[in-house]
Amino acid sequence: MNEILQYTVQGLAAGSFYALAALGLAIIFGVLGVVNFAHGACYMLGAFAAAVLMDLVGLNFWLALIVVPVLMFFFGVLLERLLVSRLTALDPLYNFLLTFGLSLLLVDLVKREYGVSGQPYTRPEILGGQLTLGALRLPTYQVFVLVFSLLVCLGVWLLMTRTRIGMIVRASTEKSELTRALGIDVNRWVTPVFGFGIALAGLAGVLAAPFRAITADMGSSFIIILFAVVVIGGLGSIVGAVVAGFLVGLVEAFGQAYAPTLSQIVIFVLMAVVILIRPAGLFGREENA
Amino acid sequence: MSTTTETDSPGTAPAPAGGGPALLGRTRGRWLLLAAGLVLALVLPWVIYPPVAMDIAAWALFAVALDLLLGYAGLLSFGHAAFWGGSAYVAGLTALHWGLPFPLAALAGAGFAMLLAWPIGVLSVRRSGIYFAMVTLAFAQMLYFIVNQWRGLTGGENGLQGVPVHFFGLEAVETDAFFFYYAALPLILLGMWFAWRVVHSPFGRVLVATRDNPARARALGYDVERYRILVFVISAGLAGLAGGVFAISHGFVSLQEVAWQTSGKVVLLTVLGGIGTLWGGIVGAIVIVILEDQLASSGFEGIGIITGSVFIAVVLLFRRGIWGTVSDALARRRGERPAAEAVSAADGEEGL
Repeated sequence: MNEILQYTVQGLAAGSFYALAALGLAIIFGVLGVVNFAHGACYMLGAFAAAVLMDLVGLNFWLALIVVPVLMFFFGVLLERLLVSRLTALDPLYNFLLTFGLSLLLVDLVKREYGVSGQPYTRPEILGGQLTLGALRLPTYQVFVLVFSLLVCLGVWLLMTRTRIGMIVRASTEKSELTRALGIDVNRWVTPVFGFGIALAGLAGVLAAPFRAITADMGSSFIIILFAVVVIGGLGSIVGAVVAGFLVGLVEAFGQAYAPTLSQIVIFVLMAVVILIRPAGLFGREENA
Repeated sequence: MSTTTETDSPGTAPAPAGGGPALLGRTRGRWLLLAAGLVLALVLPWVIYPPVAMDIAAWALFAVALDLLLGYAGLLSFGHAAFWGGSAYVAGLTALHWGLPFPLAALAGAGFAMLLAWPIGVLSVRRSGIYFAMVTLAFAQMLYFIVNQWRGLTGGENGLQGVPVHFFGLEAVETDAFFFYYAALPLILLGMWFAWRVVHSPFGRVLVATRDNPARARALGYDVERYRILVFVISAGLAGLAGGVFAISHGFVSLQEVAWQTSGKVVLLTVLGGIGTLWGGIVGAIVIVILEDQLASSGFEGIGIITGSVFIAVVLLFRRGIWGTVSDALARRRGERPAAEAVSAADGEEGL
């Protein structure tokens, strides 16, 4: 029982990275119709920014949680203005290809600058060690990551459901043309939404920094799992992205515990099953298919 | 689709992406082009290092296979490394353990790729567009993990080492990359010829119809999904043939062959050369393989910086690719209107 709970927390913590990043991917897709291949690279950049800023100016983890996403937001705004916006009118596959090229470029630039070995990152002391809850002992950092990401997801959820901005974003996600027809200037929100999505990937990277090896390639397998996550959740769906993110994290953790050789494969089997039964994804709607 | 006379006779071959009846001059141009291509294929190992020439030929067939799917069926597979790499492993294993002559090993690999492509195709064609790309990518990654885990068979991260070249005891072919190139070239050309036949067959015409207007093709009674699955399997077989030859020529199969970066590279070659032209893939392979070879030998680290930038530039500025841009310019100089049908369809300004 204890063991199962530990794997659950571990899985949910790992799932937090997927959920946050997939949330960003889903929002960007919803408003721009762009599947951002460079999302994994942005996750990597988030982690690197945290490590490099700690090294250079001694930026601590808590500040990095705020500073890095803000930096990534502006990076995203720049990307959207300079590159992505030139192709949004065309077939979405072009932006998929563009961001693919971008991710090759970013990964190899980082590799050239910092090499292939991992960047060191010291996690804050308070997050080291274990949390004891009665008979339960859980790694503090995992619990923190889980609670923090849930709060962020909740925050995004409130932003989406309770504010006018969120309403516009949701409306343009679901019925873009109708939203335009109602006189709402969707284009105004395109750039900030892209930046926001990139910031979420960066935030996932910062959270992963004390937890995972920080290398230029850390985003390469991450992005593929992320694609599986959004296919499982339903690409246009914001709730789907978060739920599937945590689900995939759980599958991974239990897979690693009980069938280590199969753990990664199970995710894709899950994806295949979802495609067979519900091609639009668990929370997707058929018409978006 | 009962009248096959028009499409079966090579003399009146229609324009690649389904243009109108060919003019006499353009047909002659096409034969000249074909002859030039053959000559190029034959002299290649004289002008560049033979193993690099072999790489170019293999990647060219790989790109042609992808173009068959992307350019003519409008499906972007981002998981073709599964077929190239899967076949590479099967070709390597059959050569290593059973001592199969390399053409048979490569064909066995291609057969395996087609078997693998069947279920993946059935599942993937349930979605199109961007979803298709992501789903194929994810399935390819599944194969990557399987290959990585199955160390006993594949060697895991060390790859499959010491793959021998068997060619009916002909020592020149078995030991010298220069002669190996000529022994392998027929397989590559066979694959390309097959792709060309598919494009210029009634099947190919229906394929273009399912790309341009799936709803209408369906209304006309064509089973769009079946056509898509079939072309997916054919494309995988050709990719597998290329991957098998590639593996044997290197005497080594690495995990890289099934990695998604390989799927990305073949998309890059195809888009750079020009989608929906078949020739484009060949041009793309020549440019990128030579570029990578030069960069690697000059000790430049971070090839992705160059290839990534090239990719971004092509997608932003030359979406028709090298072949498409050049052939348009030529057509304009001759005073012809660039085949409008072929342009909008093959180029994919509206739909890829």
